[in-house]
Amino acid sequence: MGTETVSTKTMTYAQAICDGLAVEMRRDPDVYVVGEDVGMFGGGLGVTLGLLEEFGPRRVRDTPLSETAIVGHAVGAAAAGLRPVAEIMFDDFLGIVMDELGNQAAKARYMFGGKVKIPMVLRASCGAGIRAAAQHSQSLEAWCAHVPGLKTVAPSTPADAKGLIIAAIRDNNPVVFLEHKILLGVTGDVPEGEYIVPLGKAAIKRKGDDVTLVTWSAMVPQAERAAELLAEQGVSAEVIDLRTIVPLDKEAILESVAKTHRLVIVHEAVRTGGFGGEIAALVADEGFDLLDSPIKRVTAPDTPVPFSPVLEDAYLPGAENIAAAVLELM
Amino acid sequence: MPVTTLVSYSVQRVEVMDVDGEVDASLMPALSPERITALYEVMVLTRVFDERMLKLQRQGRLGTFARVAGQEGAHVGAAFALADEDWMVPAFREAGAFLLRGMKMENFLQYWGGDERGNVFPEGVRMLPASIPVGTHMLHAAGLGWAMKKKGERSAVLTVFGEGATSEGDFSEAMNFAAVFQCPVVFFCQNNQWAISVPYHKQSQACTVAQKALGYGMPGTQVDGNDVFAVYKTVSDALENARNGGGPALIEAHTYRVTDHTTADDARRYREDAEVEEWRERDPIERLSRYMKKNGLLDDAGETAVREGAVAKVVEAVTAFELMEPPPPEEVFAHVFAEITPPLAEQRDRLLRRLEGRE
Ligand SMILES: Cc1ncc(C[n+]2csc(CCOP(=O)(O)OP(=O)(O)O)c2C)c(N)n1
Ligand SMILES: [Mg+2]
Repeated sequence: MGTETVSTKTMTYAQAICDGLAVEMRRDPDVYVVGEDVGMFGGGLGVTLGLLEEFGPRRVRDTPLSETAIVGHAVGAAAAGLRPVAEIMFDDFLGIVMDELGNQAAKARYMFGGKVKIPMVLRASCGAGIRAAAQHSQSLEAWCAHVPGLKTVAPSTPADAKGLIIAAIRDNNPVVFLEHKILLGVTGDVPEGEYIVPLGKAAIKRKGDDVTLVTWSAMVPQAERAAELLAEQGVSAEVIDLRTIVPLDKEAILESVAKTHRLVIVHEAVRTGGFGGEIAALVADEGFDLLDSPIKRVTAPDTPVPFSPVLEDAYLPGAENIAAAVLELM
Repeated sequence: MPVTTLVSYSVQRVEVMDVDGEVDASLMPALSPERITALYEVMVLTRVFDERMLKLQRQGRLGTFARVAGQEGAHVGAAFALADEDWMVPAFREAGAFLLRGMKMENFLQYWGGDERGNVFPEGVRMLPASIPVGTHMLHAAGLGWAMKKKGERSAVLTVFGEGATSEGDFSEAMNFAAVFQCPVVFFCQNNQWAISVPYHKQSQACTVAQKALGYGMPGTQVDGNDVFAVYKTVSDALENARNGGGPALIEAHTYRVTDHTTADDARRYREDAEVEEWRERDPIERLSRYMKKNGLLDDAGETAVREGAVAKVVEAVTAFELMEPPPPEEVFAHVFAEITPPLAEQRDRLLRRLEGRE
């Protein structure tokens, strides 16, 4: 869904996000990057490396150590017409900023009769897999999805990361942009220049006829690998990467299920209250007649993320679990 | 209509021992030679342990952690002032205080090697685990202080945090809560001048952290954080005042992070070596050893013996650590609730079946 751009460059997911930020900062002087250590240090996990050199400290601004101030000031600055791209290092700190995000940024337009707009982006790393323990490893997209007025994005590839960060910055609503830690170093071809992936459009990563795997973020490569394992067993899986959690591309899901008649939802977040439940409810409601089997979810269990490398590996859903869940349906 | 001054303030800085190990006798805390030797030994042990942890991390045997070398004067000095009945509520850069409070080195290694079972303190040790989320623990300290007061216990709480943490709302909220309810809490800031890549002058426009106490109605004092006697004395006095119902206090230890932020950082990216070198000359352990040598408490042979003793203890702990088995998979579910719930038990059993099936 890109624009006319043809030439591409190989870069990491982190570099692709940075490239998207730079493209927007060059185009629009109201866009600025702000957070703890985003300048010389290059951001909590290195995503903003290099921006300070090009744009200077007024537009790439290190703040005092306060997530509430980072997000709260962004609400005010956005109301005044700027387009802040705020970073909190880990989505686990959403709890700290939830009032500013959920009760202020998300509701301002509604409560002021549409007169106020809050075009801000909140970037945060998410997910497990780097031995960062229970308080720095969560996948909290469902927290955000539960707040009307917030959009939530969780890309899985470098190209999507760039296209979606640009779309998020241009959007006139608050957008939460979740960058998965284990994807940051993954490389891929990324279109140069103003490349936009619209919010609310899923990507079909692999076509298939027997089962639909709906997933996002770091579970996309696991689902793709599961699809390969299943192909060896003669099962043809279609893999849908939602890319955007809110707004949800429900057509993409229902169209696929209409073809495959089976649905397995895969997410890294814990099971109970996870966004997978929402998708299952949607398909049960609007696509019940399409289904030939129960809807299955493959998720992390309902526990904090363990610190131990051995336990963390056992805890995280992987391709084998996904393939096993599909085979139960066949 | 006159303009009157309602409040004016001054902030005091306490120094007891200079870089050469000379002390101001009028300020010197009452510490026996044995206690001074014990203090020195813990500081050296902390340094040796920190250096060995770095090696283990570089070999991939430990995860990311925050080094403490150069800050022994501050956090060890403060923890040394605690009585057994007092509580300590740490941040994440206080390894020496953990050792002093009775945490076994092998368990400390176990935790930072990625095993939560290492966070289990010996019975009766009044200490909370490290708080990696910056700042939240100061509120827990206020709550512990409140509980001590409500239970009528004659004990106090020491909470330690960095200067970066003072920018979080939690700092203001904890200080205000403790002051309003006169909770026995000593807020101890290790101002090491850096919060990852952000220097103090970009963290705050207040020329000291200590002066922030004024806004909450409690005393605030700065101490030379590399002068272990100044730290010990100031913290001891504040803890004793708190135990006696005198309310909370804020103490700023003026020190420096000579190491990288964590083992995942390279501080040369954002600061000058010259600044680091300048602070290395104020090393808290060397300063104490100069004092001890001048006062007949230590000689060169003794210095070597203390270091060798520390190395031996650390080697023993590393050996014990390396014999530890990784946690079994059911640990994932072990401590989510007081009693595992039926749905969670079902998830546990499914995971165990899956893991067995794979083998
Ligand atoms: C709430 C929260 N925000 C950000 C971080 C990331 N972080 C870890 S340590 C740190 C800097 C802490 O600085 P300071 O309080 O001065 O302590 P120091 O590291 O210097 O001991 C930051 C920003 C975190 N762990 N928790
Ligand atoms: Mg600091």
